[in-house]
Amino acid sequence: MSQDVGVRRTSRRAALLAVIVVVVLAVVGGYAWHAWRTQRQAVADAPPVDTTALDAVLAVPHLVFRSTLPGEQYGLVAAVPLSDPAGPRAFTRLACDRIDVAGPTGACLRTQRGIATTFDAVTVDTTTWQQVATWALPGIPSRTRVSDDGTLVGTTAFVTGHSYATVGFSTQTEIHRADGTSLGNIEDWLVVVDGAPLTAVDRNLWGVTFVDDDTFYATAASQSAGKTWLVRGSIGDRTMIAQREGAECPAVSPDRTHVAYKKVVDSRGAQTVWALAVLDLASGTETLLPATEGLDDQPEWLDDDTLLYGLPRTDEPGTTDVWSVDVAADSTPAVLVPGAWSPAVAR
Amino acid sequence: MTAVHDEGTRAAGVRPTTPRPPAAPAKVSSVVVTLGVVSLLTDISSEAVAAVLPMYVTAALGMSTLAYGFLDGLMQGATALVRVAGGWAADRGDHPKAVAVVGYGLSALTRAGLLVATGFGAVTAAVALDRVGKGVRTAPRDAMIAAASEPRTLGRAFGVHRALDTVGAALGPLVAFVVLWAIPDGYRVVFVVSFGAAVLGLAVLALLVPDLRPRRAAWLAQHRTRAERKLPSCKGCSCSTVDLEPAGRPFRWRLVVAPQMRRVVVVTGALALLTVGDGFVYLALQARDGFATQWFPLLYVGTNVAYMALALPVGRLADRLGRARVFVWGHLALLAAYACAGLAASSSATTLTTLLLLGAFYAATDGVLAALVGRVASPDVRAAAIGTAQTVQAVARMVASAGFGLLWYTLGRGPALVVVAGALVVAVPACWQVVRGLDRSPDGRGDGGDDHPRDDEPDGRGRPARRASRARRLTRRACDQAPDT
Repeated sequence: MSQDVGVRRTSRRAALLAVIVVVVLAVVGGYAWHAWRTQRQAVADAPPVDTTALDAVLAVPHLVFRSTLPGEQYGLVAAVPLSDPAGPRAFTRLACDRIDVAGPTGACLRTQRGIATTFDAVTVDTTTWQQVATWALPGIPSRTRVSDDGTLVGTTAFVTGHSYATVGFSTQTEIHRADGTSLGNIEDWLVVVDGAPLTAVDRNLWGVTFVDDDTFYATAASQSAGKTWLVRGSIGDRTMIAQREGAECPAVSPDRTHVAYKKVVDSRGAQTVWALAVLDLASGTETLLPATEGLDDQPEWLDDDTLLYGLPRTDEPGTTDVWSVDVAADSTPAVLVPGAWSPAVAR
Repeated sequence: MTAVHDEGTRAAGVRPTTPRPPAAPAKVSSVVVTLGVVSLLTDISSEAVAAVLPMYVTAALGMSTLAYGFLDGLMQGATALVRVAGGWAADRGDHPKAVAVVGYGLSALTRAGLLVATGFGAVTAAVALDRVGKGVRTAPRDAMIAAASEPRTLGRAFGVHRALDTVGAALGPLVAFVVLWAIPDGYRVVFVVSFGAAVLGLAVLALLVPDLRPRRAAWLAQHRTRAERKLPSCKGCSCSTVDLEPAGRPFRWRLVVAPQMRRVVVVTGALALLTVGDGFVYLALQARDGFATQWFPLLYVGTNVAYMALALPVGRLADRLGRARVFVWGHLALLAAYACAGLAASSSATTLTTLLLLGAFYAATDGVLAALVGRVASPDVRAAAIGTAQTVQAVARMVASAGFGLLWYTLGRGPALVVVAGALVVAVPACWQVVRGLDRSPDGRGDGGDDHPRDDEPDGRGRPARRASRARRLTRRACDQAPDT
C-alpha cells in the first residue's frame, strides 16, 4: 500500500521532470533559433555598404580599420582615402579584431571561431594584403602596433581560459619582427619605477608604441598597488623605466614630440572612466581632453595635432565609430569614420 | 524511480542490514549517479559562461583588463569560505539536500541575472553569487554521496561523481564556442543555454534525489541493529526510536576537528600550500611552446578531459590501496607535472603530458579527499568536515598562488616550478607519515580478514569500535544503557 503511494509519487516526479526537460529544451532551442534567424536576417537586411576599389585607395594616403557596419563584410579590414574618410570604403579579405599598418607591414590580431575558439596574430604585406607570418596568441586580442618602418610588431592579448588560475596576470605583451621572430614577452623584462625594480607579483604590461627600432613606450601596472605607469623601454636592454604615473595605452606622435594616452578620470560604480591626455615630452606638460571621456582604446595620431580613437555606439551593440579630436583641452571630438574600429593611418 | 529511493535509504542505513554485505558491490548507488548528472548539467552551465565571460566582458561590455582580473579573483575567493557554512547547515538540519538545492538554485538564479546584467557591477554580483552557490552546495552534496554509498567503495562513488561532473566541465566551453560560432555576438544565447542547463540540473536534484538524512539514519540503524541482536534497544529508559528524535542532537564542532580529522586537514593544507594555480603551469608551457600558445584558452579543457578519464579508475584504486595513500601520493603527479612544465624541452608532447599529469593529480586528490574525509569524520558532522577540508584546501591554494607569483618573477618560470616540485619531494613522504595510520583501518583499504565483532557499528560495515564517535557515546549515555560489550 505505502509502496504503491511511493511508486505513484516517484512516477509523478519523473513525469514532472520530463515536462520540465521538454519545456527547457523548447524554450532554449526556440530562443537560439530565433537569435540565429534574427542575426541572419539582420545581415541580409543590412543596407549595402558603399564600396570602392582597393588598389586606388592604397595608392593614396589612407586610413585602415576594422569595418563594423552590419552586413556581410562585418569585421573585415577596410581602407578609406584620408581625403574622404566617411565615403565609400575598400575591403580587404582579412578579418581582424585589431589592425595596424606602417610602411610595408600590417599587423592583424584575429579570433578564430570554431568548436575550439583560438586567437592568432598575422602580419601582411600592405601592398598585396597577403600573409607574411603568423603566430598564436594566448587569448583575446587587445592592442597591436607596428613600428614606423614596418620591422617590429607589438601585440597585447588578454590571457584567458584557465578557470583554475588564481593570480593577477591578465595580459601578455610581446614584440615580434614582421617575419614572425619573437623578441620576447616584455613581462619578463625589467621594469624600473622610481629607481627600484617593480617586482609586484601582479604586474602587467600592455599597449606598446614604437619610437624607433629599439625604443618604445608601454603601460606597466600593478593591480595590488592600483597604479599604472607610462614606461619607456629599450628592446636591446630588455628594460623599461617608468616616466609618469596614471597613463595607459600610449601612442607616440609622428614627430616624436608628444605621447598620447588614456587616463583614469572617474569611476562610476565599479567601472573606470578614461579620457585622453597628451604629454609634451620636452616640457612634461600634460593636456587632458575631457570631451573624450568614456573611451577605452589605444589612440592613433592622424597627424601631429589630431588623435583618432574608437568608441562603441551605445544603441547599436557591435557597431563602433572612429572619432577624431584636436589636441587641445577645449576641443570637441567628431565622428571621422562611421562603423569603424582600430584605425591606423598609412602615411 | 523506486530504485532511487530504495538504494538511497538502504545505503544510508535505514533498513535493517545484514552484518556483512557483499565484498565489492559492482554498482554505485543511483543517488551518486543522479548527483553526478546534476553536477554535469550545472558544470555545463557554469563552464559555458566562464569560457565566454572574458570575451563578453571585454568585447560586449567594453571593460578593461584590470576589471577582468578583478572578476577572476572574486570567482576564486567567494567559494572558499561559504563551504564550511554549507556543510554546517547541512549537518545541523540533517537535510543536506535542502542546502544543496539552495546552492544550486542560487547559481541558476545568477544565470538569469546575467541575462539582464548590463554593467560591471551587475556582472560582478552575478559571478560572485554563482560562486557562493557553488560553495554552499559542494559539502552537502559530497556528504550525500558519502551517505548514499557503500563505505568500502566510497572512492569509486566519488570517482563516478567527479567523472560525470568533469564531463560537464569539458562540454560547457565547447557548447559556448559552438553557439558563438553559429551566432557571432550570441552571448545572450550562451547565457540562455546556461540558464536552461542550470534549471535542468536543479530539477533533477529536486525531483530525483531522495531527502537523505545521514544523522537520523545512522542513529536509527544502530537501534535496529541492537534489536536484531536481541539486545534491549535501551536498557532502563524510555529511549525508543519514536521518543528520541535523533536529528535533535546538537551539532558539535569538536567532532569536526576530531584527532583524525585534524591530521587530514593539516596534510590537506600543507599539500595545498605547494599547489600553485594551473594557470602558472599553462603559462610556463606557453612561454616555450607554440602549440601550448595556440591552444592556451583550452588547456584547462585538456586537463579536465584527463581528469574525467582517470577519476573512476583512480577512485577504485583508492578503495583498494587506501584513500589517504592515494591522496598523498597522488601529489607525485603534480610534482611530475611541475617538473615536466619546468624542465622538459618544449614540444606538444610535453604539453600533453603535463595536462595528463594535472588530470591525474585532480583524479587522485579531489574526489578522493572527499572520500577520505567522508569516512574519517563522524556521520553526524560529515558535511561540515568535508566543507572544512575543502575550505582549508582552497584557501591554502590561493595563498600558494599569491606566494608563487613572487618566485615566478624572481627566479623565472621554469626554475620557480622546479623549486615547488623540489618542495613536494620532501613534503609528500612527510605528509604520508602523518596520515598513514588512517589507511590501516579495515575500511580504508577494502576489508581484509577482519572478523572482530562490530558491536559499535550502526550498520555493521563501518569503522571499528575504537573509533566510535563521540556522538554515539553521548546518545548511549542519554539512553542510560550498559556498555555494548
